[in-house]
Amino acid sequence: MDVLSLLGDGMLLSLQPLNLLMIMIGVTVGLFIGAMPGLGSVNGVAILLPVTFLVPPGSAIIFLAAIYYGAMYGGAVSSITLGIPGASTAVATTFDGRPLARNGRASLALVTAAVASFIGGTVANALFTLFAPILASVALSFGPPEVFALMLLAFATFVGLGGDDIPKTILSICFGLVLGAVGFDQISGAPRLVLFDYNGFLQGIGFLVLAIGVYGIGEMLWTIDQTRGDVTATTPKMTAKGMAADTKEAAKKGWRGTMIGSFLGFFVGILPAAGATPGSLMSYGVTKMVSRKPEEFGKGAVDGVAAPEAANNSASTGSMLPMLTLGIPGSPTTAILLGGMVIWGLTPGPRLFVDEEQFVWGLIGSFYISNVAALLINLAFIPVFIWMLRMPFTILAPMIFVLSIVGGYAATRDMFDIWLMVGFGIGAFFLRKFDYPLAPAVLAIVLGPIAEPTLRQSLLLSSGDPSIFFTRPIAGPITVVALILIFLPALKLLRRKHSKTPA
Amino acid sequence: MRVGELVTAGFLALLSFYLMWKSAELPIGYISGTGPGGGAWPFWLSAIMLICCSWIAYNWWRGTSPASQSDEAVLDSHGWRSLIFVGGGIIGFVALVNIISMYGAIAVFLFYYTWYLGRHGLALSLSLALITPVALFFFFEGAMRITMPSGMPFTDPVFNILYDIIY
Repeated sequence: MDVLSLLGDGMLLSLQPLNLLMIMIGVTVGLFIGAMPGLGSVNGVAILLPVTFLVPPGSAIIFLAAIYYGAMYGGAVSSITLGIPGASTAVATTFDGRPLARNGRASLALVTAAVASFIGGTVANALFTLFAPILASVALSFGPPEVFALMLLAFATFVGLGGDDIPKTILSICFGLVLGAVGFDQISGAPRLVLFDYNGFLQGIGFLVLAIGVYGIGEMLWTIDQTRGDVTATTPKMTAKGMAADTKEAAKKGWRGTMIGSFLGFFVGILPAAGATPGSLMSYGVTKMVSRKPEEFGKGAVDGVAAPEAANNSASTGSMLPMLTLGIPGSPTTAILLGGMVIWGLTPGPRLFVDEEQFVWGLIGSFYISNVAALLINLAFIPVFIWMLRMPFTILAPMIFVLSIVGGYAATRDMFDIWLMVGFGIGAFFLRKFDYPLAPAVLAIVLGPIAEPTLRQSLLLSSGDPSIFFTRPIAGPITVVALILIFLPALKLLRRKHSKTPA
Repeated sequence: MRVGELVTAGFLALLSFYLMWKSAELPIGYISGTGPGGGAWPFWLSAIMLICCSWIAYNWWRGTSPASQSDEAVLDSHGWRSLIFVGGGIIGFVALVNIISMYGAIAVFLFYYTWYLGRHGLALSLSLALITPVALFFFFEGAMRITMPSGMPFTDPVFNILYDIIY
């Protein structure tokens, strides 16, 4: 009851005219920044941080949190309409969002993303409100072996993403992980895998370089080749009645993914150094695994859009938890928010809930209000996003290429990365011809830099004994489940072959 | 497709081998007191890639993958033409960035694609080629404070006018 009254006060605080205005502006700006390939919540929050010095700290953090929310909603827009994941958190949304858009169901995909994001955000807010201190202590019990086990579980779900061709899927995962290792060894600091001794590789290969190359350039080249340039333009229409029907369909077909994404996303989001990306990827994989129609995933499954979208919103709220309660940021965006709080004279940590009660509950209250505002603003802009798809393909295609190059440069500020992106795009085009699944490589390059140091730290802790992943109470069960999932497709394949062999 | 599948696997095997060799520049085993060496992670992952390439080649030999059973060409004449014109256009676009600036390259690429490849009218092609880079300039340089490459010095007068507007 005490929590509810504090939350009520917090909500009233966030509904004050200045704070409400901050929420509306923040969500709208975040939505458009998130919708731009190459730009995500981290850009929006970082760029607009100086603006917040004009308003009181309470309003400032509410503004930045609203940008964060808006950008999470916006990430789905470029994934669905253009097929380019604007940020790592929206990679999994591309898998089914883009096929839905190609089939003329972009409105369903966008509505599903909006509704799932809203539910994910709401579930996360409720969990945050009720269990913040307990969950913070659970998150702290995750050491390197637990985080590595979790990464292993994420990779295990990738094996299921790649279809039946197991060697190509494993190769794709390993390739992504190796690309993620290019640059400097994170532990010794020594240069590593500086390919062809070219200094450009010293800075590593960013996730966006591979993702935009594969999905922006490679995917478009493949579409042009497959359709012989004669792409039938989809003419989706957007009416209030149509939107209501899409919402109904989204609720009916996407509830399972939404629920999995909401809870799993939050849990992964609260872990320091994990964040929304692993949460959304794992939610996609788990939803596909438990689905009655896994074969529909990748071809336009509503659950395939709902799960990652619910998860990335839920995780973005979750990642605020270690920041506020422990002073540990769970993602790059929360790291900037943390910096902002320090500048405003607030000290994140266990004392924050006691010393700055009004600030904390005002912020938590604003999460609820921002979530509702983000849903309404997002739904209102869906017709604008749909309009983009009505462009003739010979205009849309060069626009996608331009946004890929500009967005890639905006994220990395290096022309070498743009050349790499083009190379990856052309390479992806040929690999796709031979049925190499490329999604696992993109996912692996994101998780590789988390998985490698945790593996090495774990082995250092155990003096090289790998049993550390089986003997710890949290890591053990996760590792066992991951190994079962890794070997399950192989066992299924063997069983299928065995049943085909005549007696 | 059948030959292409094997050539691709062979190319990836070579790449895996190269990555293993590069990774081995750092220690690849377990070092007492410091844990796995810096090259261990990429080395063993590349080794798994090499094993996967052999597995793919074995599947090719058995004819179990769709590509290994197909007699179709990887790319027919239309495929090669579109790859050269579109892919070449993208390479040209990126190559022009350091000469005529990011925005100049966008204008040239959009005009090339919409007018030459897309067969749109001159008025539409020119409008898109001029409006898009200007809009992107105000978004990135003005709103987001992200500076794009401005090319060689001869582009300065144009940028000076645009910067005067936003600053």
